[in-house]
Amino acid sequence: MAETLLAARALRKHFGGLLASDGIDLDVARGETHAVIGPNGAGKTTLIGQLAGDLRPDSGSIRFDDQDVTRLDSPLRARRGLVRSFQVTSIFRNFSALDNVTLAVQAHSGHSFRFWRPARTESALREPARAALDAVGLGKRADVRAASLAHGEQRQLEIAMALATEPRLLLLDEPVAGMGPEESQRMVRFLATLKGRVTIVLVEHDMDAVFTLADRISVMVYGRIIATGTPAEIRGNEQVRRAYLGEDQA
Amino acid sequence: MEISRRTIVLAAGCLVLALVPPVAALTNQPFYLDLFRRMMIFAIAAVSLDLILGYGGMVSFGHAAYLGIGAYAVGIPAYHGIENGPLQWALAVGVSAAVALVIGAISLRTSGVAFIMITLAFAQMLYYLGISLETYGGDNGMRLASRSRFGGLIDLRQPAVFYYVVLAILIGLLALGRRLVDSRFGMVIRAAKSNEPRARAIGFSPFRYKLTAFAIAGGAGGLAGALLANQTEYLTPDFMHWTRSGEIMFMVILGGMGTLFGPVVGAVALLLLEDVLSALTEHWQIILGPILVLVVLFAKRGLFGLLVGAEAGDG
Repeated sequence: MAETLLAARALRKHFGGLLASDGIDLDVARGETHAVIGPNGAGKTTLIGQLAGDLRPDSGSIRFDDQDVTRLDSPLRARRGLVRSFQVTSIFRNFSALDNVTLAVQAHSGHSFRFWRPARTESALREPARAALDAVGLGKRADVRAASLAHGEQRQLEIAMALATEPRLLLLDEPVAGMGPEESQRMVRFLATLKGRVTIVLVEHDMDAVFTLADRISVMVYGRIIATGTPAEIRGNEQVRRAYLGEDQA
Repeated sequence: MEISRRTIVLAAGCLVLALVPPVAALTNQPFYLDLFRRMMIFAIAAVSLDLILGYGGMVSFGHAAYLGIGAYAVGIPAYHGIENGPLQWALAVGVSAAVALVIGAISLRTSGVAFIMITLAFAQMLYYLGISLETYGGDNGMRLASRSRFGGLIDLRQPAVFYYVVLAILIGLLALGRRLVDSRFGMVIRAAKSNEPRARAIGFSPFRYKLTAFAIAGGAGGLAGALLANQTEYLTPDFMHWTRSGEIMFMVILGGMGTLFGPVVGAVALLLLEDVLSALTEHWQIILGPILVLVVLFAKRGLFGLLVGAEAGDG
């Protein structure tokens, strides 16, 4: 197997009586697209939250690029290249699309204790931001207020922001959630262009998207990973069929 | 190039403020000079609050604390015979910023109602501290022995000179504030206000930026306090009372949060209303209250928004 970029070991996290992560081991190889699937309530978003640093695991450890990041908060992890997107669209609604991405570029270009020069006139921030918007197909909508963008466009904007931070590993939490079939296909095609360039952990319910994009798939049920393998292996796994695929995908 | 409504309003506002001293002199109404100088001093305090309230989403309910600190930073040295203006004013800004740094370091770990209550509690502590300073008049306060002195250059005892000093400081603060909110630094606190989880997810650690903004606002509030002590030639713990903090916050909301210039309009409007209404009836607050409610309900960007329309806000 290729070199491991992200390694989670024995992650446990409970909310009251609910064990959302019950000893999760996850290895993500550099360059791969690793999908995490599972029924609702399996603990996928909780897992993303712990990997991103928004949630502190009760026990266990997370290594990123051979360094222990378990105790780093999310901004620190983001600055090291471990960046997430959100299941529910999370953008700066009252700023333009271009401003949103400009902020993402700014976030990874050193400290922001710069008080004098207007950030919107800095081409060092503006140009990479435009490029990221163009990459996701939002170039023509750069000056539109983010709140006024269509839902699908907001999802694209979210991806553009994550990309603008030049991530080494993207944690995508249901990137095509709530999109129409056409938009969803466009997003999947776009994510496919990232394959190999950026390592991706993809949580997704849309099985077409998962089987198109994933190099490997981990299946979560009740806070545990019950199987990890190539799409073909997962399709053929009897335990997975019973636990998950059988229910949704008749 | 077309001149925007915003530019016209700002230029007109500037002109009106600049013309107050000659007009007051010509009409022999020195009272208006005094009133407008007072308005501008409160405008400085309100603009400083808007930096953190309107742009940073930090609902500080204790901003009058810095007015008080600034005033005592002038009053206490003056009591001991130190009337050096630059020293007093530097002290006002420095001590206020330092105190804001401490208050912010604690209160910014919370948010929402807890943040409001902690900032309020700190300001009330300082208010009671002021009352306990028997040497400096306790709860009666004390007269300022002399206005701050700036050598032969500037004589604050001349009403018009003092007026233009205050106007210059107000314009300077607005210009600096403009740079600040548009800079990388300003964009971080505005992003954190807009969506803090998102700001963190792209790699910003908002706390230290918000704390810095909090200290800057405190320092500017302290300068307003130093001016206020010179204005009234009297200082009392009442400068720090929570109702005063509420008044400054009203100025910001009335004028328009997150507009920088709005708080100036708010300060002028509130003090003008106070002046006019209190001449009509002693229960003037019964009239003031509903006016404020109407503005909050129907003018999203406050009075400044009504004046200049869609260009008012910065988000």
